[in-house]
Amino acid sequence: MEVKRQKLGDVNDLRVRRHTAPDLLRGDMEDKDLERYVTERVLTTTVERAVGWAQGNSLYPLTFGLACCAMEQIHIVAARVDIARFGFEAFRASPRQADLIILSGRVSIKMAPVIRRIWDQMLEPKWAISMGACCTSMGVFNNYALVPSDKFMPIAVHVPGCPPRPEALMHGILKLRDQIQGNAPAGWRDRYEAEGTEEVLPEAGTQDSADISVFRPGDTAGA
Amino acid sequence: MTLTGRGDSEQSGSTTLTEDYRKREESITFSSEPAGTGETHELLTLNIGPHHPSTHGVLRLLATLEGEVVRDIKPIIGYVHTGIEKTAEDKAYWKVIPVVERMDYLGYYFNAMAFCGAVETLLGTEVPPRAQYLRVIHLELNRIASHLVWLGTSALDLGAISMFWYCYRERELILDLFEMSSGQRMHTRYFQVGGVMEDIPRGFEQKLRQFLKIMPPRADQYADLFEKNQILLERLRGTGIVDRETLLELNVTGPLLRASGEPWDLRKAAPYSSYDHFDFKIPVGTVGDNYDRFRVRHAEIYQSVNIIQQAIDGLPEGEHITTDRKVALPPRHELATSMEALIHHFKLVTEGFRVPPGEAYYPIEGPRGELGCFVRSDGSAKPARVHMRDPSFSNLQALAPMVKDSYIADLIATLAMLDPILGGIDR
Amino acid sequence: MPDATGLELTAQELRDSDSDSIRDTEFHRGRAVLVANPEKIRLVLEHLRSKGYTFLASLHGVDYYPHEPRLGVLYEMLDRSTVDRISVKARVSTDAPRIDSVVDMFPGANFPEREVYDMFGVVFDGHPDLRRILMPEDYEGHPQRRDFPVGGEPVLFTYNEEQSYGKYM
Repeated sequence: MEVKRQKLGDVNDLRVRRHTAPDLLRGDMEDKDLERYVTERVLTTTVERAVGWAQGNSLYPLTFGLACCAMEQIHIVAARVDIARFGFEAFRASPRQADLIILSGRVSIKMAPVIRRIWDQMLEPKWAISMGACCTSMGVFNNYALVPSDKFMPIAVHVPGCPPRPEALMHGILKLRDQIQGNAPAGWRDRYEAEGTEEVLPEAGTQDSADISVFRPGDTAGA
Repeated sequence: MTLTGRGDSEQSGSTTLTEDYRKREESITFSSEPAGTGETHELLTLNIGPHHPSTHGVLRLLATLEGEVVRDIKPIIGYVHTGIEKTAEDKAYWKVIPVVERMDYLGYYFNAMAFCGAVETLLGTEVPPRAQYLRVIHLELNRIASHLVWLGTSALDLGAISMFWYCYRERELILDLFEMSSGQRMHTRYFQVGGVMEDIPRGFEQKLRQFLKIMPPRADQYADLFEKNQILLERLRGTGIVDRETLLELNVTGPLLRASGEPWDLRKAAPYSSYDHFDFKIPVGTVGDNYDRFRVRHAEIYQSVNIIQQAIDGLPEGEHITTDRKVALPPRHELATSMEALIHHFKLVTEGFRVPPGEAYYPIEGPRGELGCFVRSDGSAKPARVHMRDPSFSNLQALAPMVKDSYIADLIATLAMLDPILGGIDR
Repeated sequence: MPDATGLELTAQELRDSDSDSIRDTEFHRGRAVLVANPEKIRLVLEHLRSKGYTFLASLHGVDYYPHEPRLGVLYEMLDRSTVDRISVKARVSTDAPRIDSVVDMFPGANFPEREVYDMFGVVFDGHPDLRRILMPEDYEGHPQRRDFPVGGEPVLFTYNEEQSYGKYM
């Protein structure tokens, strides 16, 4: 019987890698092999991104529904648009335990201080989603009885619609998740390569009468 | 009893009225003072706040408890008051429909139906039979959808959590049908003054028949889930009993009244929109407890399926909206050929139709009771007053006698079976 | 609905019992309305209840601005045995907006009367608990009156968005 001695073959072979592991532990592995060994097995990231990843994937929404948008919000818990796919099905009744409040519905002036108190009771980190047209802007009812939610609490994501489809709300929650994880979505100007379309408001007093356009922003008294 | 004002109290108007008001306000604030003594124990005032998982919306209840027993309950509402009636005075009649739809947000077709019915009464327009049948189909579908939400969320409150997903499975099918006929799942603006916005598309009838075929066995499944759950039966049977006379005095209508034995249903008593063409029964309870309320609403699902089946089988041909061009938009193809159609279109879109002055009250049977719309017109294109008589507003007054001297757990069960919709209560 | 003659008969009966209880009758598109004197409203409703209209379907207010007397309180009565509806209208002016409460006759009028007080300012004498029901307790003004502004936020454009919303925007 002849014994052939050969150099170790392809390092991607599992047996070969298993045999090189004791070399690592003993401190005998070379630089190139060591680097490849480490990059194959270890994920490096910053603490912020790691924490953001964890927080974004484990949001506890608050059981909070105000009006019609709450009916569509309940639909995201139901089977067709399943919020449990993302891990957010643990709705918490107590604001102390929740970190996401979805303002679903119209905020009336009697309810606004109540919502503010609930928001204050929530512990950091916390986020708010304003769902639907009524709490984002005034919605269909632009009258004495409603308050836009931006006036009394900071909102992270606004979801338009009256009511927004459950898929739309899900899209909003996932956008919030991207924000939390540090991948805030690019604005539409980046997506559509529309740099240079920003509206530049002139400083007061820099307008001179030689300008061709006679319209100044703020002049729309009759519009 | 004197007929002209309070005998002993002040005639000097505002200041003493304010004092009286402030005294009354203090009676409802939640203070740390004990509220007195009940039969054996001290009374505690507990605030079941506007944010609570089982209050079905933003209802605030001040419960006076003695131990676990509820001695008194005061509902405080207004947390989702939207000023719908005020906003409706500011908009043309056509534009009021989406505003008024958002009132009772589970029975959106019913709100639109009541308003359109009142305006049609004032205008004197006839609704074509096809439109009436289409309205009935959508109304009954909405009734089923509303009962499904009630069933799912009530079961969630009472602990039978898995019922929720079954109910919402069917509700998704119904919302698909709504999306097919009008493009929106909720708040569809499908009902217009004079008929419906558009005729049903191809494929709607087929999908509807499919739905009607599977709905009764699914409703049987819900009954099975409930009936075999002993805890649920114990919680519902014999709790929250109020007799018929008290309910009638409190102006309660709908399944709550029918559960206590009174067979009052506006679809049978004062039929509107060709409900008298259909043959259906009205489920009526016997004892008037929470179990009867559940049973009545559950049986209404079958009856609604029955009505829709008859309606889709007998759907007449014809127009889907009135041909009166002063009220309804002309079809688009006419705009290219007819000058009058163009003028009518222009007038309707810019100003809206004018309604001769008068007042009308149009009551219909919503999923929670008598939903009435009062419209006062002063001859212009905007209504002068729109008031919706909401069934939940009156039904909420019946909560106090229902839960008196029962446990908090029974309070939660009764509130679930009461089916309050705060959007309708607060308007 | 009672037809026009039925309405006149009912009005006549009421005028027989108390001469100034009914001021007017209206009949429009099949709906019968008795315009009652607000001071005699309890008498009118009691009479109607004895005639069979036992169910108070709706109690709501209307502002008839600019016609005086401005504030109207409407009672929609329903006779369930014959499915008959009749309305009673009582108009009061804004200087003396008082009317008797019917809560002891119809306990279901509790919340609706509070709502009319809240929205229009009509004070119901004899109501056990007349407080604001829909607006916050310390709100000033009666929103549903026609001279109360609709209110609301201005539409935001880029030039005014910083001024309009608070520091959170």
